[in-house]
Amino acid sequence: MIETQDLTRRYGDTVVVDGVSLRLPERAFVSVIGANGAGKSSLLSMVSRLLPMSAGRAFVDGLDVATTPGDVLARRLGILRQDNGVAARVTIRDLVAFGRYPHSKGRLNAADRGHIADALAFLDLEPLADRFLDEVSGGQRQRAYIAMVLAQDTDCILLDEPLNNLDMRHAAAMMGLLRRAVDERGRTIVAVLHDINFASCYSDRIVAMRDGKVVAIGPPEEIVTPEVLRAVYGIDVEVVVVKGYRTVFFYR
Amino acid sequence: MHSAHSGMRSVHVLALLAVALVAVAIAFMTIGANGRWGFVLPFRGTKLASLLLVGCAVATATVLFQTVSGNRILTPAIMGFDELYRLIQTGLVVGIGTGGFGDPRLRFLAETGAMVLFALLLYRWLLARNAGGLHRLLLVGVIGGVLFRSLSQFLQRMLDPNQFVVLQTSFFANFNAVRPDLLALAALLVLAAGLATWRLLPRLDVLLLGRDAAIALGVDHRRTLTQALVLVALLVSVSTALVGPVTFLGLLVAHLAYRMIPTYRHAVVLPAAALVAAITLVGGQLVLERVFSLNAALSIVIEFLGGLTLLVLLARRPR
Repeated sequence: MIETQDLTRRYGDTVVVDGVSLRLPERAFVSVIGANGAGKSSLLSMVSRLLPMSAGRAFVDGLDVATTPGDVLARRLGILRQDNGVAARVTIRDLVAFGRYPHSKGRLNAADRGHIADALAFLDLEPLADRFLDEVSGGQRQRAYIAMVLAQDTDCILLDEPLNNLDMRHAAAMMGLLRRAVDERGRTIVAVLHDINFASCYSDRIVAMRDGKVVAIGPPEEIVTPEVLRAVYGIDVEVVVVKGYRTVFFYR
Repeated sequence: MHSAHSGMRSVHVLALLAVALVAVAIAFMTIGANGRWGFVLPFRGTKLASLLLVGCAVATATVLFQTVSGNRILTPAIMGFDELYRLIQTGLVVGIGTGGFGDPRLRFLAETGAMVLFALLLYRWLLARNAGGLHRLLLVGVIGGVLFRSLSQFLQRMLDPNQFVVLQTSFFANFNAVRPDLLALAALLVLAAGLATWRLLPRLDVLLLGRDAAIALGVDHRRTLTQALVLVALLVSVSTALVGPVTFLGLLVAHLAYRMIPTYRHAVVLPAAALVAAITLVGGQLVLERVFSLNAALSIVIEFLGGLTLLVLLARRPR
């Protein structure tokens, strides 16, 4: 479970995350939405110990992120950032095998290999497993990174814009996969999403941020409304229910 | 299947390199030896030992540095490591004098210690921030190198001529005037650095994924970076003290190793780079001594080839 208390991040006088206190549900898909610069990524980075916090605390499964050793945390929390570059040529299988590092420390055993094969299968990457990462498409690469995080076998997974660079088809497939990871494997996934309609159709809970503060949190029925979205994004939108899902029209 | 295959190929490449090194070493020791063996063997043996040590040190330092800095264009030489070492040497001569330490080994240890300290302060700060990306890092490195060189030249102006001559002899890469007094100590340090690197291996592999991914996988990034930089500073000090600055060699051999080895794993890449470096140095020295009868020009050839490699890499770099 992920919990924050009064989490704050400042750069000089600028406050990008302003005293955020949250308690996120387990075994759920949680989307974090908000305009650019609302503090979504900073919030996630602090929970994932990539960015030091200016004030406040964050807990994963009750462990204080600031004081728990990194390798202990790595067995409970998987993280994926936006732009990932590997400084060497690795195959997709190599990359997914890196996900086992917190458990294997570089020496893979049979159980590790099982997790790797499982993650490759779950993301439909078996035919590509021995291709080099720089030889596959952006969507395939993104899937390989997700497979790595799944192979890490953590209860909680934080994803910063997992749909970045994915076209409609691959974005929908990715969200379907993440949803399955929650429903079938009991993972807790927290993802920063820019596409409000994906957030609305796939989330159990939506966290809406503006100016470093959480302005609303709740299921899509409560968040995806013209009033809340005006408060979050500062624009007027129309919410239409299609096939039972609340979708937002804001294109003109 | 693929990993087993690449594992086999790695072993083959390493074995081939080892055989080549042995062949080159034997040729280096025996060709044109028309004097008494009692003189030739120790004379050439010292030279061979220092070439091997320098090869190992430079290759390991370069690969380590490239891994922790997250790109394969930077080397300790480009980032001004050996200029920093020379500045420290000069500073010690100015501060304490040439005879101040008595035992050259004690002096070498003091220089190395200072080098490790300064390199840590400077480069850990630089690499941990790494906000401006590769080009800024490169620029800082080049400017830093020039700054260190200018500072040491400035200090040298103030030396008395005798001290200057003593200092100057240690500044040019010279495989013919190896310091036998330092050889054993240098070997010890390289061995220690090698063992420490061995313990870092799994973490180094993870560092290839970048800082964020490494932290996500539970690697203490800051600590690993610090440890690797200590090793780099140590190895650069050893090779610079033994033969002078040849760290441009690292760029060349690291890239040859990356090309030859089908895996990213440091457990294979590091030995391969060390072997390639040793072969290049011993073979290059052999050719220069026996074919061209030129002495002391190896470093020029290496710098020339290293410089060309850097240009090619920069030109070919995408984005």
